[in-house]
Amino acid sequence: MSEKRTIAIIGNPNSGKTTLFNRLTGSNQHVGNWPGVTVDRKTGHVCHDGIGIDIVDLPGIYSLSPYTQEEIIAREYVLSDELDGILNIVDAANIERNLYLTLQLISLGLPMVVALGFMDDVRAQGVEINCDELSKRLGVPVVPISAKKGENIHDLLDGLAHGMRAPAQQPTYLHGVGAAIRRAGDLLRPLPLRECSLPFYAAKLLEGDKALWAKYGGDMPREMREQLDALAEGMHSHANSTDNEMVLADALYDYIEEIVSASYKRPKEHKLTVTERIDAIVLHRVWALPIFAFFMFLMFWTTFGPLGSWLGDGMEYLIQELISPAVRGGLTAIHTQGWLIDLICDGAISGVGGVLSFLPQIVILFFFLSVLEDTGYLARVAFIMDTLLRRIGLSGKSFVPMLMGFGCTTPAVMAARTMENDADRRMTIMLTPFMSCGAKLPVYALVAGALFPTHQGLVVISLYVLGILMGIVAGFILKKTIFRGVSSGFVLELPTYRMPSFKGTVLNMWQKAKDFITRAGTIIFLMSVVIWLLQNFTPMLSVAQDAGESILGVIGTAIAPIFAPLGFGEWQESVALLTGLVAKEAVVSTMSVLYGAGGDSALLSGILSTVFTPLAGYSFLVFTLLYMPCMSAFATIKREMGGWRWAFGAAAFQTVLAYLAAMVIYQVGTLIL
Amino acid sequence: MKTLNNLRPGQSGVVDRITAEGALKRHFLDMGITKGVVVTMERIAPFGDPIAVRLRGYSLSLRRAEAKKIVLEAGA
Repeated sequence: MSEKRTIAIIGNPNSGKTTLFNRLTGSNQHVGNWPGVTVDRKTGHVCHDGIGIDIVDLPGIYSLSPYTQEEIIAREYVLSDELDGILNIVDAANIERNLYLTLQLISLGLPMVVALGFMDDVRAQGVEINCDELSKRLGVPVVPISAKKGENIHDLLDGLAHGMRAPAQQPTYLHGVGAAIRRAGDLLRPLPLRECSLPFYAAKLLEGDKALWAKYGGDMPREMREQLDALAEGMHSHANSTDNEMVLADALYDYIEEIVSASYKRPKEHKLTVTERIDAIVLHRVWALPIFAFFMFLMFWTTFGPLGSWLGDGMEYLIQELISPAVRGGLTAIHTQGWLIDLICDGAISGVGGVLSFLPQIVILFFFLSVLEDTGYLARVAFIMDTLLRRIGLSGKSFVPMLMGFGCTTPAVMAARTMENDADRRMTIMLTPFMSCGAKLPVYALVAGALFPTHQGLVVISLYVLGILMGIVAGFILKKTIFRGVSSGFVLELPTYRMPSFKGTVLNMWQKAKDFITRAGTIIFLMSVVIWLLQNFTPMLSVAQDAGESILGVIGTAIAPIFAPLGFGEWQESVALLTGLVAKEAVVSTMSVLYGAGGDSALLSGILSTVFTPLAGYSFLVFTLLYMPCMSAFATIKREMGGWRWAFGAAAFQTVLAYLAAMVIYQVGTLIL
Repeated sequence: MKTLNNLRPGQSGVVDRITAEGALKRHFLDMGITKGVVVTMERIAPFGDPIAVRLRGYSLSLRRAEAKKIVLEAGA
């Protein structure tokens, strides 16, 4: 006979939850998504003493309030019938705020174990903790651990397998408010609520929790509602207040202070912690910026500089020069039809390969992001940069994704995951493509070189600046429209600095890489095949002799007049912009083919200087800078925004803005010049 | 009325009440900013805003506009 149970692991952000989860489940993990949102849902499995335990890693939260996406997910899950118990990880060095969540979890009445983490940090501070006293006061088992060193993990597993027990006492201990909560709990009995969690429901309804009132208030008999109202009234007037949320939080923290003073023995003198000493330098009013600039340079340079591009080129070589010819050879040997070979090699493999060449850069970038986040420095970046980004309605946390956008939009959009505020995250994702990515540079170099031979550098710089300015304009527009009224507060914990664990960092990188490869193998594979077909077949479905008569060429010819007001109405430019959706640098190769220049860049330059006026050329570059990103970025945006509607909306927004900007520049320029 | 925003680096105060509403009030409470807690101003960001404060053994950063909604006890 084998027993099975499901346990949720819950804790504050930065409480060592992920390290403990990795420690308990090893590589036995599965990363999925919570329904409807882009927050990762990690589950793992562990077997101990013949008992199978499924562990669900809930997002890090401070409270069971229904405000942030993470809180809502965690709250719905702990109120569901899916779990048999709770493993609450508590940062022993930050005990008061951590116990605030613990007390709320206790009010759920489910079997529970508290893991007291970062014990070594506490000892280093000269603090002594009486775990038995803590356990007695909380009414649940407390196991001191060090997840990183693996200290007492076995005891914790024993606890999960055999020692889980429902809390011995309920919030009646809360002075003044405990009695009201118990009486409200009794009142609620007729409702279809899990009985052991009545204290939670009672406290939240007395607080005036809107989500719970909306759900249960309607079905409540009038009498029950009146009695609840009276209890709520009594609760705050008793405390000389008008607000039960405050009364309850005060009561919880008062009780926590009691627990802590009974179970903690602190040294008389407060020793400055390592974190305080590091922050004195890293957040110094003068040194903070240079130090920050150095870290950003290091990250950017490694990712997009020699190392990243060398690995990327290597990947591309592997696919285009080794795998692709090998496949072609193999298919030819078994007498596969010519067009099918082209479709597989030139369409699918080269499309997927082009995207996979980003993989090394993504892995490097996520190495840095993972380290920045795990050490706690990312929160400091937000602290340093907040003022600048707030002007365009973003917060300090948008800085890193935006900066990455100058390298490549795809990993930049993924980097936005580090932001917990959903509106901020979406807005950052929509604005990141305005930061001119590296793949657009060959287009600038070609056109600016052909049309502005003496001022090439100035033209290119002006495009980068324009991209940033348009990002700011777009930020204002979004803030006034779809993200209207969403105030992104900035109340952010500056967590204790921690050494990132090697295992955790590698695991994180591997999960990101796997995610990216999966996407390249599915959606990008499909898009590559479709675009290849459009490029190589005529609308009559015969093989196209040149790109002009292919379906893509026909579409290009049809939409060319749309670009006339921007100064470039030829079909070649339209087709080039369409192929730019595969990868931005394809704009160059397409124009080269369509204008019959072969690979001769000097010849192409000469042709372009007859096709474009300088003003039209600049307008073309502005459009290239701003219109929707390539399919790799588009697919990533779809994945991160959680739906096609958002992805198409963002693409349309960017393309319309690009069109307007290029048109204004061309039309106003024509008037002046 | 003295608020958290009036403290200079190194100075401490005792929280009297919160004038924020809705999600911000909830967030303050969840982060341990309750009546009677001692808050120390740690530092100011390079551009003058936000600020970092220390309470209940950890550091919290918040904007000046938000700090104005945390009223401190008079005196001291």
